[in-house]
Amino acid sequence: MAFQINTVKYSGKINVTPVGAQKINLGGQTAFPFYDFEGTFPNKPKLAIQIWDMDPGEGFSVPLAKAFEGVLGDPGAWAKKAVEYGADIVCLTLKSSDPNDQNTGAAEAIAATQKVLDAVDVPVIVFGVDNKDKDVETLSAVCEKFAGKNLIVGPVTDKNYKQIGAQALAYGHAVIARSPIDVNLAKQLNILLMDLGTKPENILIDPNTGGLGYGMEYCYSVMERLQAAALLQADDKLQQPIINMLGEEIWKTKEANQPTAAVPTLGDQTCRGVLMEVTEAVSLMAAGTSLLVLSHPASLKLVREYIDLWTDGGPVKDDGLPEVPITPIN
Amino acid sequence: MALTGIQIFKLLPGTNCKKCGSPTCLAFAMNLASGKAELDACSDVSPESREKLSAASAPPIRPVVVGYGDTAVKVGGETVQYRHEKTFFNPTGIAALIEDSRDDADIAATVKRFQKYQYLRVGLNLRPELVVVKGGPRLAAAAKAVVDNSDLSVILYSEDIAALKAAAEALAGKNPLIGPATAANYKDVAAVAVAAKVPVWLKAKDMDEVAVLTKGLNEAGVKDLVVDTGARTPKKAFEDSVAMRRAALVGQNRDYGYGTIAFPAEITKNLAMQVAVAANLIAKYAGIVVLSDFDGAVVFPLLLQRLNIFTDPQRPMTQTEGIYPINEPNDSSPVLVTTNFSLTYFIVSGEVEASRVPCWLLIKDSEGLSVLTAWAAGKFSGDDVGQFVLKRSGIVDKIKHKSVIIPGYAAAISGDMEEELPGWKVAIGPREAAHLTKFLKEFTVS
Ligand code: SF4
Repeated sequence: MAFQINTVKYSGKINVTPVGAQKINLGGQTAFPFYDFEGTFPNKPKLAIQIWDMDPGEGFSVPLAKAFEGVLGDPGAWAKKAVEYGADIVCLTLKSSDPNDQNTGAAEAIAATQKVLDAVDVPVIVFGVDNKDKDVETLSAVCEKFAGKNLIVGPVTDKNYKQIGAQALAYGHAVIARSPIDVNLAKQLNILLMDLGTKPENILIDPNTGGLGYGMEYCYSVMERLQAAALLQADDKLQQPIINMLGEEIWKTKEANQPTAAVPTLGDQTCRGVLMEVTEAVSLMAAGTSLLVLSHPASLKLVREYIDLWTDGGPVKDDGLPEVPITPIN
Repeated sequence: MALTGIQIFKLLPGTNCKKCGSPTCLAFAMNLASGKAELDACSDVSPESREKLSAASAPPIRPVVVGYGDTAVKVGGETVQYRHEKTFFNPTGIAALIEDSRDDADIAATVKRFQKYQYLRVGLNLRPELVVVKGGPRLAAAAKAVVDNSDLSVILYSEDIAALKAAAEALAGKNPLIGPATAANYKDVAAVAVAAKVPVWLKAKDMDEVAVLTKGLNEAGVKDLVVDTGARTPKKAFEDSVAMRRAALVGQNRDYGYGTIAFPAEITKNLAMQVAVAANLIAKYAGIVVLSDFDGAVVFPLLLQRLNIFTDPQRPMTQTEGIYPINEPNDSSPVLVTTNFSLTYFIVSGEVEASRVPCWLLIKDSEGLSVLTAWAAGKFSGDDVGQFVLKRSGIVDKIKHKSVIIPGYAAAISGDMEEELPGWKVAIGPREAAHLTKFLKEFTVS
């Protein structure tokens, strides 16, 4: 008898979640990630690129500064560049609002969002700085100002879901519900949001992504458990698509920022950072993500190519892929 | 199938002689069933019973050791599909392929370069372990060049049986994995493996043929096997990898109860894409992944991923207690103290390093808990941390000031600490490591 894979029966599915005015669908899968021998996957994972509302200045990773040379400090131009590089979605982060940085407020957040919306025709995430009060200030204002524009706003936590959640609900935006790497807390926050009136398909789960080598495994296993709860137990409080903010985690690590000459055993700096980003992206896709927020355009290209190979099958077309130079050691 | 305690008990001598260390045969049987005892402890079991018991207690995926010394890799031996169910035990071996058509000097230089891809982290040495030597007539010489110039372990890859035999002999004592055993040659490969006492990798053309070959090789006397399902596209390699794990654990099918080897190097020529394929297969069950070459930019991300995926989810990783100098501190540099949760250490040391401010970082044993949990659990209390700074750490011999920075989340311990540290200033640092740079730049020791 011919070999047959042992299959699993699922009772639940991940919600189809249309985001942005363009209604780009996330989620909808009925089986564990990429197990298309036992389920359907109507929507491939989508790829966003993260941009800043200000010039990141000196501390910014050199490879990222190079990839976005000339547009840093102009969120509209930066967003446009991200879309040219192939981003499905743009993630505007309100870095300047950080009380430890420039501590800008609602007016600046609105201005930056306006620039991005004027520049691109893809769904837009407006992301705060994970400071409960500051995010209420900026995101509430953004929600109101851009009523009906179908933004995705976050992070919404158990500390500020009432304010931001209510504003998003009132003005027709989706929310990113962030909980600290824990299945029960993720569920609790979803319940709180739904009690507020938020529709299940207007919530994305952010499990709080750890960087590769810096705690990715916690997030990885929480995601696998979220998928099990959603698909095997059909827990409708956990059937939201998952978003991972991973690019930022990669590029803030020490290793991604060491120049090639300083550590030749770690290889070319740009390739190293990009392949760290790709490695984590593939891992998180294997754990069930629906939306990856990346930083470097080369990572996006490779991850996109890999998603197609992983979903559609067939051989790898080698042409046009970035080459890895072998860095000589001594 | 696993046997119950009672089923095992029926196969034991029943004399209650206590030689096994258990008070009765029944107690011993219960311990065997729950994995707390080894069958060998009872010397009186009959040979027939022994056979039945060891067949029943054999692991669902046979563990096979490949290679020797520090670079030996264990393939197989896994018991779950998801790491949170228990843990993944045997980290995927990472290999690069070298053709024997390259001359010995070139091979020597290449493996010397490979040897340098080693990174110390959480007290572990992360490194790729393996080289696949592929070819024919020069196989033995090329394999020799690998082991003479590095401590990397070797996988032999040739369909030339005489070459495989010569190379296996040349690597006596180095336990190479040899292959590929195929439908056409498996008996010959088995004969070489039996003579050299080495494990075999087989290459099937599909999942059906995997069972044919594992059965055939077992009959030919080779039990230590590693399986290449023959898949050469990313999608198929992923699917086969999942199918193998499911067949062994869910289907309890012994014909598929082996670890696997996958060849990103033969799936694409592009090294960056090989990393994506390898990352997918490290997360999803491969025993060994073979790349076409190594570079730091290629192996480092995969080593980090492997570390993460194969970390025991039940046990927090810890950093050794002690003093960590960062950015070449001197006797007037600031001193920071935090817990020994490895993630805490990594993030804090990374931020301090990025700040370029010379500092002494003290890591205090807090049983692997993060700052907030350690403080809440009383593993990072004021008198304890104070004692550690003053006496156990030895930092007082390295500095001429009397100030120490504690994490913002442990602000509550500063009073107790000051009592333990008369004349010291205990400064409260930021809650989040991301704010350390700003804090350190504005901080002055007193
Ligand atoms: S050594 Fe064997 S026979 Fe003796 S008590 Fe233990 S199990 Fe029973």
